[in-house]
Amino acid sequence: MDLPIPRPNADTRPYWDAAQQDRLVLQHCADCGAPQAIPRSYCGTCHSADLTWRESSGTGKIASFSVVHRAPTKAFRDQLPYVLALVDMAEGVRLMLNVIGEDRLDTQIGDPVRVVFEPRGADGFKMPQVQRSPA
Amino acid sequence: MPRKKHTARITGVADTAMGELPGSTALGLHAEATNAALKDAGLKAQDIDGVLCGYSMTVPHLMLSSVFSEYYGISPSFNTAIQAGGATACIMLANAVALVESGACRHVLCVTGDNRLTGMTRDGAVAALATVGHPEFEQPYGMSVPASYALVAQAYLHRYGITRDELSAIAVSARKHAALHPKATKRDPLTLTEVSESRVIASPLRLLDCCLISDGGAAVIVSAADAARDTRNPVRVLGSGQGHTHEHIMAAPSLTDFGCKASSAMAFAQAGVTAQDIDVAEIYDSFTITLLAELESIGFFEKGEAGKAALAGELSQGGRLPTNTHGGLMSYGHSGAAGGAFHIVEAVHQLRGEADARQVPGAQLSFVHGDGGILSAHCSLVLGKD
Repeated sequence: MDLPIPRPNADTRPYWDAAQQDRLVLQHCADCGAPQAIPRSYCGTCHSADLTWRESSGTGKIASFSVVHRAPTKAFRDQLPYVLALVDMAEGVRLMLNVIGEDRLDTQIGDPVRVVFEPRGADGFKMPQVQRSPA
Repeated sequence: MPRKKHTARITGVADTAMGELPGSTALGLHAEATNAALKDAGLKAQDIDGVLCGYSMTVPHLMLSSVFSEYYGISPSFNTAIQAGGATACIMLANAVALVESGACRHVLCVTGDNRLTGMTRDGAVAALATVGHPEFEQPYGMSVPASYALVAQAYLHRYGITRDELSAIAVSARKHAALHPKATKRDPLTLTEVSESRVIASPLRLLDCCLISDGGAAVIVSAADAARDTRNPVRVLGSGQGHTHEHIMAAPSLTDFGCKASSAMAFAQAGVTAQDIDVAEIYDSFTITLLAELESIGFFEKGEAGKAALAGELSQGGRLPTNTHGGLMSYGHSGAAGGAFHIVEAVHQLRGEADARQVPGAQLSFVHGDGGILSAHCSLVLGKD
């Protein structure tokens, strides 16, 4: 069974379009400067509609993680055990991503990670993910 | 500005049978709970002029309260549904209080129920619950409700050095209480080792750190102060408060402090009491970490101390704060929106002195708390003997 592919909407399309080009972009408010993780039409800090997209450094740290052994849906059963993580990006936003790579099960809170793009499904839709960075 | 004192009373409470109930339906459980709550209050169906429903996963509907009122056969003058996950029951009650105190209603029925165990399979329920995750930014990463609470647990363990046994003690303490309740789903004795050796669901959470999935229903009737006079055994609502900081766990401002801090502070202030005054607590416990984090965020225990307190028996009968005296969501049962209502039902039984073998002697004040989503929506209540 295929893993789910995000279905972008008008708020989120630039994020996913950039991911297809191996780029992570994040929304920043042009008025108050606040970055936000989940893209919106308005700034979640000052409610301004003046938002811009900026290239992310692609680096962050593990804020928390879980090694998942019970899948929410059939599609994820083949992935078990997988690592679900909250990643604090250098820009100051927190993303939910999977830690992938051979050493993923060694993940610890505070680990430095970098964003990689993992193709998914028949059309190779690229999903931002993270790998642990060599120390 | 201090909020006005509440005057509303809880006049009727009931829950249905619990667990695996073949042949049950969501609406049937609503009706069963309603009949029992009316009987408990000494009221008749025609006395109800307000109806608040929650949501049902087996009957997903845009207008559940209209569907229920038609099914049950009443035409209330106020009728709506409320959806706030596990906080639904407490938020329904808080809304019912506002309705009777404003004069809009005399007797408001808050009713919930779901046959999510026999009506949709355990896998189906787990998948449906995962839809609280963001459809683009969380769910495609294999987020589930247990995995999301596991993210909180991992952060919590890392920061406060909680031990495995401290987490397990939360589940063991609930099971001890469930053993005293004839309706509880899980009544067999449970040891720390059984919890710590149960299979991993999402590290660090194991199977016995998690709540049950049950069929069941519950109803609570809230009445205006003067309308409560003719009822059998009313209980006072003394304080209420809510706290809402996020929906998605990736957007939570903290992984160790939650909206229960604000909601409980509001409820305590309105009631004119403090956490130390509470005789018995009925707090949403979808996972061991849920209760542990809430007990500390609310201020019943210092950070890092709730697990130690559970190990020392402080959450049990005779302890400093008997908590979830019915067995909670991990041992009594969990039927979605109704799960949070079981805590209210138990608090009322305690304050009336009707809790039989599990009665906390002389209980005058109870704290009830509901949490929806991933520690997202919080509602706290302080209830007291009339």
